[in-house]
Amino acid sequence: MAKRIEVKDLDIYYDKFLAVQGVSMTIQPRSVTALIGPSGCGKSTFLRTLNRMHELVPNARVEGSVVMDDDDLYGANVDPVNVRRQIGMVFQRANPFPTMSIYDNVAAGLKLNNKRLKKSDMDDLVERSLKSANLWEEVKDRLHKPGSGLSGGQQQRLCIARAIAVQPEVLLMDEPCSALDPISTQAIEDLMLELKENYTIVIVTHNMQQAARVSDTTGFFNLQGVGKPGELVEIDETTRIFSTPSQKATEDYISGRFG
Amino acid sequence: MASTTEAPPRKNRVPRRPGDRIFAGVSTGSGVLILVALAGVAVFLVTEAWPALTAPAEDIPGGQGLVFYIWPLLFGTLISAVLALVIAVPLAVAIALFITYYAPRSIAKALGYIIDLLAAVPSIIFGLWGMNVLAPVTVDPASWASEYLGWIPFFAGPPSSTGRTMLVAIIVLAVMVLPIITAVVREAFMQTPQLHEEAALAIGATRWEMIRMAALPFGRSSIIGASMLGLGRALGETMAVAMVLSASAGGITFNLISSDNPPTIAANIALQFPEATGVGIHTLIASGLVLFAITLAVNMIARAVINRRKDFDGAN
Repeated sequence: MAKRIEVKDLDIYYDKFLAVQGVSMTIQPRSVTALIGPSGCGKSTFLRTLNRMHELVPNARVEGSVVMDDDDLYGANVDPVNVRRQIGMVFQRANPFPTMSIYDNVAAGLKLNNKRLKKSDMDDLVERSLKSANLWEEVKDRLHKPGSGLSGGQQQRLCIARAIAVQPEVLLMDEPCSALDPISTQAIEDLMLELKENYTIVIVTHNMQQAARVSDTTGFFNLQGVGKPGELVEIDETTRIFSTPSQKATEDYISGRFG
Repeated sequence: MASTTEAPPRKNRVPRRPGDRIFAGVSTGSGVLILVALAGVAVFLVTEAWPALTAPAEDIPGGQGLVFYIWPLLFGTLISAVLALVIAVPLAVAIALFITYYAPRSIAKALGYIIDLLAAVPSIIFGLWGMNVLAPVTVDPASWASEYLGWIPFFAGPPSSTGRTMLVAIIVLAVMVLPIITAVVREAFMQTPQLHEEAALAIGATRWEMIRMAALPFGRSSIIGASMLGLGRALGETMAVAMVLSASAGGITFNLISSDNPPTIAANIALQFPEATGVGIHTLIASGLVLFAITLAVNMIARAVINRRKDFDGAN
């Protein structure tokens, strides 16, 4: 598990509008890569191109290449469904299926992949996923209650359990803590540090302290100007980005002297 | 007794402006009016049906009493409406899914309009179509079905030579209730939260799997509610059934393709009323009272089911 992603000269378009221009980066396996930057700079858009979720928007398209180990994610015969089975995603707002129980939420992805999984194997996988998401102890007595009855932070961890149940290579997180209180945020951050032992993690966050706490590498996105496309200003080790960034724009942003 | 100082009655009446008063009056009046109209219909039905309810059995047409007169009609009404739903609901859900998830945007829009247009076709047109076009077409398939599928009670036969059978009435009713069901279900699917669609896609669901995980559970109560609305319409449909169905009183049967069909309440009233006299009129109105009660019950259940949607708002 855990694979390296190479992005080269990626341009993202919505119809004719160039939203993000010229992104090149290497995302290291078994590490946390944080993407920071002001709103509207295209970091979430970029994140969604890594598992081709951006294709839900009609007329969205990319130019350039995204290669995971040796597989071109945008190759001619690549099915986006298969890409998403390898690259999981956690969203800004926790989104467990409201009509499913906690157990069924975690099992949802498993049932898609192997329809003939034995009940006992399924139970094991669900338990293991919930344990990996640090949620097992809190829900083990009510696995068959609705997932929507959990607190916000628990729901988000349930979504993480659902995402890792299918054993992806990479986990994308789009501002996973922005709707959570500090204690739930802490729980998710701890979880990320544990998960990076086995997964490649990419997280978009508006919280720079969070990026500094959890990530090994940080990329700073910015707009080139009003109405112009977003771009990756620089990407480097997190400690260096937050102490001695090489670009003035990065320094202005992290020190709050932005704009 | 603890002595409490009585608070003076607080005066915090908001001054009522004329516009508010007029609007409140008009809307309250409209609300009362609908209740009065409904009550008026109910009172009319009960008072006019009363002589039939109290009449001796031998005075009722058929000579065996009110229950024996109305029961075949009720059976015909229910079987035609329910089987029409069995055809229409899956079709409506499939059409709604196609419009929301599969069709290219331009086609989806056009198709939506066409479905709505179907709702605007007067029922007498459906009746003409069923009688003159659909009925002759079904004659050959019906005789084939009675020969090879005769072991299914629906196709026991002998097949009708005119084709004006319960089967044709059911198909016509299905076409008539299709638009309302499709419209309501499509509306529900369009409101499927993007959050849930993305949740399904992000764990590697295909389009159909996403529909099964996100759209169908979300739309389930709407599908039930829409079906009830369709049922209400199918129960009360008069002209089309009266024109299509060659009915014979007293034929309680699941056989859909013979010429021996139970009539429906509404169609029976339309056909018998011009020639009815005395207790006969009151008997027909009594059957109308039964239809009124059933339709009211169906619509109330539909309302209740649709309101249950509110439970889903709490999720997330």
